[in-house]
Amino acid sequence: MASVAIGGSEQYNYDIVRKFTIMALIWGAVGMLLGVFIASELAWPFLNFDFPYITFGRLRPVHTGAVIFGFGGSALFATSYYIVQRTCQARLLSDGMASFTFWGWQAIIVLAALGDVLGYSQGREYAEMEWPVDLLITVVWVVYAIIYIGTVMKRKEAHIYVANWFYIAFILAVALLHIFNNLAIPVSLTKSYPLFSGAQDAMVQWWYGHNAVGFFLTAAFLGMMYYFVPKQAGRPIYSYRLSIVHFWALIFMYMWAGTHHLHWTAIPDWTSTLAATFSIMLLMPSWGGMINGIMTMSGAWDKLRTDPVLRFLIVSLSFYGMSTFEGPMMSLKDVNALSHYTDWTVGHVHSGALGWVAMISFGAIYHMVPRLWDTKMYSVKLINVHFWLATIGTLMYITAMWISGIMQGLMWRAYDDFGNLQYSFAETVAAMHPYYAMRALGGLVFLSGMVLMLYNCFMTMSQAKGVASGDMAPQAA
Amino acid sequence: MEWLMWFTKLENTKPLGLLIFFVTFCAILFFVFGSKERGERLESYKNMPFQDD
Repeated sequence: MASVAIGGSEQYNYDIVRKFTIMALIWGAVGMLLGVFIASELAWPFLNFDFPYITFGRLRPVHTGAVIFGFGGSALFATSYYIVQRTCQARLLSDGMASFTFWGWQAIIVLAALGDVLGYSQGREYAEMEWPVDLLITVVWVVYAIIYIGTVMKRKEAHIYVANWFYIAFILAVALLHIFNNLAIPVSLTKSYPLFSGAQDAMVQWWYGHNAVGFFLTAAFLGMMYYFVPKQAGRPIYSYRLSIVHFWALIFMYMWAGTHHLHWTAIPDWTSTLAATFSIMLLMPSWGGMINGIMTMSGAWDKLRTDPVLRFLIVSLSFYGMSTFEGPMMSLKDVNALSHYTDWTVGHVHSGALGWVAMISFGAIYHMVPRLWDTKMYSVKLINVHFWLATIGTLMYITAMWISGIMQGLMWRAYDDFGNLQYSFAETVAAMHPYYAMRALGGLVFLSGMVLMLYNCFMTMSQAKGVASGDMAPQAA
Repeated sequence: MEWLMWFTKLENTKPLGLLIFFVTFCAILFFVFGSKERGERLESYKNMPFQDD
């Protein structure tokens, strides 16, 4: 790899990218550690230690907040600021505003975690934060949108590269989702009541929840994919025209699918059918994007043998393809009748979260770190070990949850000869125990890979000499 | 304003929505794949990530 000076501090703001990258690594390790702990609590409940602040109900949203918004969010801020500058050939609109998004975002993650543990929660999934934190999120997000769109507007390139389209869709959609899902009447500094109620409230929550998956955890990470897969592979994306069709189809269809989380409930049946229909149609753009990413390797598959970073990126796309097949299947009403409320859903989420979101982020961070700190990775071998730990951990996790979830669903609906339920709820819990232990072990394997990555990246950063804030020359691929 | 009432009936707006979205989708497909010259220009943008190396 050649080292090319492209202007350093005059041209790009890499300082903010470095900050978000470090926090992505830290939140990843913290969030995954919490995940392993709460998975262990479910398998071995004595781990509650009769201490209310560390029970599953309080720590679960801390885990989801730390991994989705702490790890995923920081990785998205880092990669989006990196990509928008490099593909627009323009420095970020404002260093001060970028710095505000960093400190604001980190404060949000900490405040959200404190709120969850201390019991200040709206009880809305992935949006537990009470109204003062929601207002802070709104301000930070608006500043982020101004920086991003402002940087695109002052670009030196005529065209806006497709990765930026995905990031802009993510920024706009998340703003919309966040505001409407959190419309509430405050009654004190730490308590508010939502504007919606009953089935309407449930539909708003899952319109938000599913599109948090669709735009935060999918569209934005596809932006990451459209930049880092070509860069790491050293060849352009398979089809740029397919990426355009992929973009418009994906962002149009995702918005309609959220109600599939509420099949067989009090919502109007037609909304359920509409959501299932759009979920099935979503398979097309999802797989179009996956194929576009994987086919980028066409003619250069041998690189997968030698480059563990590329392996992260391509395997993440395989998990993306698998979970975007599983999702539409689970949105079918008859399949959902079996899968809903079971561990199958948890397995599906983690197939996407660990296999797709985390792995593509690992690949992107491993690509960026040596360039941001102007050095080489401390150990490529450790990246390889991390890859296998992440892959095996993910497979253990989702296999355990498939078995547990399908068994759980079948046991709940089993009747005896007299028409009574064949199993008590406690019997289903006992049957799930071995799989809960296997899930915790899978999570531990995945976490150990994350710890290795943390070590490897911090050793890489510490060996980089003379990298002062914003004055380095990034390596070119 | 009586004509606006037409939009309140789902049997009207559902096929209208289908028509609008289907035509838009076809227009995007035509834009992307309808012209060889435009196709080549669009495909040239795939090299943008490599321009600052």
